[in-house]
Amino acid sequence: MVFDALTFQLGYNATLVTVGAILLGVAAGVTGTFLFLRKRALVSDAIAHATLPGVGLAFIAMTALGLDGRALPGLLAGSAVSAFLGLLCVQWLVNRTRLTEDAAIGAVLSVFFSFGIVILTIIQTLPTGGQAGLEGFLLGSTAGMIFADASLIAVGGVIVVALVFVFRRPMTLLAFDPNYAETRGMRSDHIDLIMMALVLAITVVGLKIVGLIMIVALLIIPSATARLWSDRVDRVVLLAGAFGGLSAWVGAAVSASAPDLPTGPLIVLTAFALFALSMFFAPARGLISGFMRHRRFQRGVHIRQGLLSLAQGLPIYEPLTLRLLKEEGLARPDGVPTEAGRARAARAHWDEKRWEIARATPEHELAAARYDGLTRLEEVLTSDQIAEIDARIAPPEAAS
Amino acid sequence: MDAQHLKDTTVEVTEENGPLTIRGLTVFYDQKPAVFSIDATFRKGRMTAIVGPNGAGKSTLLKAALGIVKPLSGSTSVFGAPLEHMRRRIAYVPQRASVDWDFPARVSDVVGMGLYSELGLLGRFTGAHGKRVTSCLARVGMEDFADRQIGQLSGGQQQRVFLARALAQDADLYLLDEPFAGVDAATERAIIDVLKALRDEGKTVVAVHHDLTTVPDYFDDVLILNVQKVSEGSVEDAFTQDALNKAYGGRLAMAEIDPVPITA
Repeated sequence: MVFDALTFQLGYNATLVTVGAILLGVAAGVTGTFLFLRKRALVSDAIAHATLPGVGLAFIAMTALGLDGRALPGLLAGSAVSAFLGLLCVQWLVNRTRLTEDAAIGAVLSVFFSFGIVILTIIQTLPTGGQAGLEGFLLGSTAGMIFADASLIAVGGVIVVALVFVFRRPMTLLAFDPNYAETRGMRSDHIDLIMMALVLAITVVGLKIVGLIMIVALLIIPSATARLWSDRVDRVVLLAGAFGGLSAWVGAAVSASAPDLPTGPLIVLTAFALFALSMFFAPARGLISGFMRHRRFQRGVHIRQGLLSLAQGLPIYEPLTLRLLKEEGLARPDGVPTEAGRARAARAHWDEKRWEIARATPEHELAAARYDGLTRLEEVLTSDQIAEIDARIAPPEAAS
Repeated sequence: MDAQHLKDTTVEVTEENGPLTIRGLTVFYDQKPAVFSIDATFRKGRMTAIVGPNGAGKSTLLKAALGIVKPLSGSTSVFGAPLEHMRRRIAYVPQRASVDWDFPARVSDVVGMGLYSELGLLGRFTGAHGKRVTSCLARVGMEDFADRQIGQLSGGQQQRVFLARALAQDADLYLLDEPFAGVDAATERAIIDVLKALRDEGKTVVAVHHDLTTVPDYFDDVLILNVQKVSEGSVEDAFTQDALNKAYGGRLAMAEIDPVPITA
């Protein structure tokens, strides 16, 4: 069943939902990366929660005008307006009061959300009918999705991604170095507003599929995952889009494979699974590779220190050092160096002397900054420079 | 590059419209003056140090002159025109500690940021741009580090990368905020060599500086301030014991510096 869903063979509605979700996932991942790099991830949560009053008020307005109260474009327009007001409130509180951004987000988020819940409760008591399903915007609801809804999501997602492409440079510069960005004539408040408008668009477009409570996950988790895999901003953006799309695809397919499985939460859980896998297994920044790196470094330092002790005929007290030297065949259990150990110790001792000279020589200062107790000086300087240093350790007249 | 340069210098530079003139600049933080009513003129083809005790408003003066911090009053003119029209001719080197160096970028990416204004929103980053980035890195002795992640750099190397980014702008006025703070001696020498070369090309260099002992060696002019301006002019005239006492009060250990100018 899941395979059928993954390959779009599970019927019209399931395919519609899956395609819509993938486009949303890609757009959210790409856009969310800039929010993540700007360290303002939680603003998106305030924006998302602030959509709710707009949904309710739009329903009331449309019903009062004799239109279909559940028309998606109208509801999304309403949610965009109230989300924008929520965003302005956060900005105003941060700029004009002494509240910090986290406090402003907490205040705005909860107040707008409460207001939205009150409006939704009132709507339930209205005699108009047709109000069923509005609470679907909380957690997302894909059951009644029609082609027009999916098209709206697709078009919205494509437009947002295109705008992210256009503004990628200012948004990157602002995230890295806002002061410098200002001196280049970029208004940080304007660029922030553009970034937030794009996030707002993603939120509004995603309401139908993942709902307002979980959209923040789709904006943040893919970029956090991507950051584990790359140290280059362009690649982080592309990977975040890929992870977002993949999460949405798998999540939507799983939810379509059995009745009553919720789409939004499954997409978020898939995104988290990708994050968890990456957190452990990512090559450079993953926990496992970090642990291995630390172990390797620790071993290297212990062996180096042991060798230096051997070279100077000093006893080794540290049990780990002795064990490692034994494992490498450099010392006997009683701490006496083997033949190989003596040779390695002499080399390590000589290298240490070279470093001592290099570090005291102004011309080698930049190279000497790479001293870590492990790197051999031969890896840092040219053979000519090494020869010159060797000559200073053992002056020619003394050697002859 | 040359065409770019011509476009930037459409306003002719004369004696009157010098690289940077500050008039009556005042900045308040929470009702406390950080910089109070400062007039200053920075001369073309000179290197000027801005010195003063901690909290004297040195960095704030620079940031206000650049429009990063909004002044309460006062104005800045750059090459005789308002700041907004001359941004292309100014290169700013912020304090190294002002950014998060764990940002996902390589050394060459950061230097490439110096070209963003020139590229605009959609301009393509071409091989020629890449060559400029490499040559700017070479000028600060960092060409071998182009593909390094910026988080792996030492403090001195980070400072050089920031300087290379400023060089990439090909500006006429360079404003640096504590370029020598917390860098190794090799980096300090590399930076001062680059700055002196810029000056010798007729560019103007202004640096917030904290090490009084090197002022006479490194700089031509000095602006001493402690919220208000204390003295201004060539190092010979303005960098006097009297002015330093006035700016630093009792906080200055006399033995630390040699206020008698050393003429090269």
